[in-house]
Amino acid sequence: MRRRTVLKLAVTAGLLAGVATGVSAQEKKNVTIGVSIPAATHGWTGGVVYHAQEAAKRLEQTYPGLKVVVKTSPDGASQANALEDLTAQNIDALVVLPFNSDELTGPVREVKRNGTFVTVVDRGLTDPAIQDIYVAGNNPEFGRVAGKYFVDNLKEGNVVVLRGIPTVIDEERVSNFEKALEGSGVKVIDKQYANWNRDDAFRVMQDYLAKHPKIDAVWASDDDMALGVLEAIRQAKRDDIKFVLGGAGMKEMVKRVMEGDKMIPANVSYPPAMIATAMNTTASQFYSNAPMRGTYVLDAELITKENAEEHYYPNSPF
Amino acid sequence: MREGGGSRKSRMTETVLRSSAPERRFSVDMRALSPFIALIVLMIAGALINPDFLTASNLLNVVTRSAFIAIIAVGATFVIAGGGLDLSVGSMAALTAGVMILTLNALGSADLGSLALGMLVAVGLGAACGLANGVIVTFGRIEPFIVTLGTMGIFRSLVIWLAAGGTISMRNMELRELYRPVYFGSIFGIPVPIIVFLTVAAIGALILYKTSFGRHVVALGSNEDVARYSGVPIWRVRTLTYVIQGICVGIAILVYVPRLGSATPTTGLLWELQAITAVVIGGTALRGGIGRVWGTVVGAIILELVANIMVLSDFVSEFLVGAVQGAIIIIAMLVQRSLQRGR
Repeated sequence: MRRRTVLKLAVTAGLLAGVATGVSAQEKKNVTIGVSIPAATHGWTGGVVYHAQEAAKRLEQTYPGLKVVVKTSPDGASQANALEDLTAQNIDALVVLPFNSDELTGPVREVKRNGTFVTVVDRGLTDPAIQDIYVAGNNPEFGRVAGKYFVDNLKEGNVVVLRGIPTVIDEERVSNFEKALEGSGVKVIDKQYANWNRDDAFRVMQDYLAKHPKIDAVWASDDDMALGVLEAIRQAKRDDIKFVLGGAGMKEMVKRVMEGDKMIPANVSYPPAMIATAMNTTASQFYSNAPMRGTYVLDAELITKENAEEHYYPNSPF
Repeated sequence: MREGGGSRKSRMTETVLRSSAPERRFSVDMRALSPFIALIVLMIAGALINPDFLTASNLLNVVTRSAFIAIIAVGATFVIAGGGLDLSVGSMAALTAGVMILTLNALGSADLGSLALGMLVAVGLGAACGLANGVIVTFGRIEPFIVTLGTMGIFRSLVIWLAAGGTISMRNMELRELYRPVYFGSIFGIPVPIIVFLTVAAIGALILYKTSFGRHVVALGSNEDVARYSGVPIWRVRTLTYVIQGICVGIAILVYVPRLGSATPTTGLLWELQAITAVVIGGTALRGGIGRVWGTVVGAIILELVANIMVLSDFVSEFLVGAVQGAIIIIAMLVQRSLQRGR
């Protein structure tokens, strides 16, 4: 009993001290930002983890007194636990890329209730009132940019589509891709789920090649899937396919765009580095006078040979 | 030394187990045949749905693709026939593939020697992972479901860690080209992966049906107590089934890596379920005691065929593919069961 009270007192004292130094030394303000992201379970989240850690190092150097705690979680339930752990460390701000919207809205609201500044990344919460800043990629735009590329470069022909995992993200991308093709000579002759997975994409593409005697281009919609598609095309020795368009800007694929590979003439960005954007704006909230609250939607950019270099991160795992 | 002791002991029990063998063989005749009948029915259905289905290139593609699951499932036949279960094979495959590619990258040179060393590492690691599963199950006396669920997580995390969440790719393009024919090449018109899985299945069948070890596995699966009283070296036999499973995963990886030349954290996801499904479709009892190696191979081909027919057909929306696939597998099993009853 007594020990616990002493501990509590110590914690309160420490807190007061923290606040006091924050006020007295303007240039060395103490702020802790907690970052909660999914563990690196596939290429894109691997990129998120990499960019979060890089940004944490960079921000701590830029702003003396800033502490950034990055926590990764393998699933939604453990992310909820991680949020509790972060709250226990008295964070001033939380940057969170939630596993899924429904499951994590409640836990993030709890964090907000303590007066913590909340930045949400990529997947929005079901209650947008919780967030102070929202940074997101643009999935409808991702599909639209890809569709426009096919209309501009193919003009007319047959296209097969590989879908990801059945999710809102995938649905937004594919429906807007098809909308962009409307009224043009480009026709989608087949679409199947390949789960953003190389092996599944290889399998589906082999079957497309057996089924359709003439395919003009492939929208693989993701770089992992594009790699499986390319192997299947190479095996079939078919030369009717003019190009394969992936997406998300994996470094190997961006490199091929840079080198002018004919089968991979372009890519569409959906940068995992958006976590760094979110962390930067959150830090600015504490260290600058500029207003930061709001929604930031990052463009899905068409990556071509001309601008590939600015999308190339050779050290990132993705 | 230990080998010799084991076979002497097993020779003593051979008569006990062998006496019932002919009887068993006749009573399961139809059961052994039914997966093949299901395969033929599916082929006819496929041909009716899309004439492109029966082209040699499509069929060879499908059977080649089924090689990984078929090889892994041959190992799973041993584990399941012996009354065990291995949920870790998918993660084990990913880990083995990752380590093999990292080894090849570290060796760096594009010659047959380094390729052979990489292959040895893959099969060796598979065997070691299997041994770990087996030893924990037998000596730890823990349910195989729990043990392999645990190692499933461990192996998966290890490959994610090795890949730092990204991709492990073969860096030497010359080596990649040298290795590529192991998936894409063919001998006398038969793709190499098909030859590999037929060989693995033949060896598996030989071990399961013709050796005392194979009979011990089946005896262990049908009744552990009786097997123990009959002098079957239970712990060794059980551990060995997991080692065989691990070696099979290693061999499957030898044909997997040359296909895409990479391993990702999603490599081998849900392969364990596909392997178990292939084993059960093939006529092996999930509770143990019956093992059908050739049925397992047909089961793996059936799984891949169903997926292929789904893509080739035009009247199933992509949203419902999973439902129809599930229904076809259940119907195929029902047909099999009715064949057995009708006999």
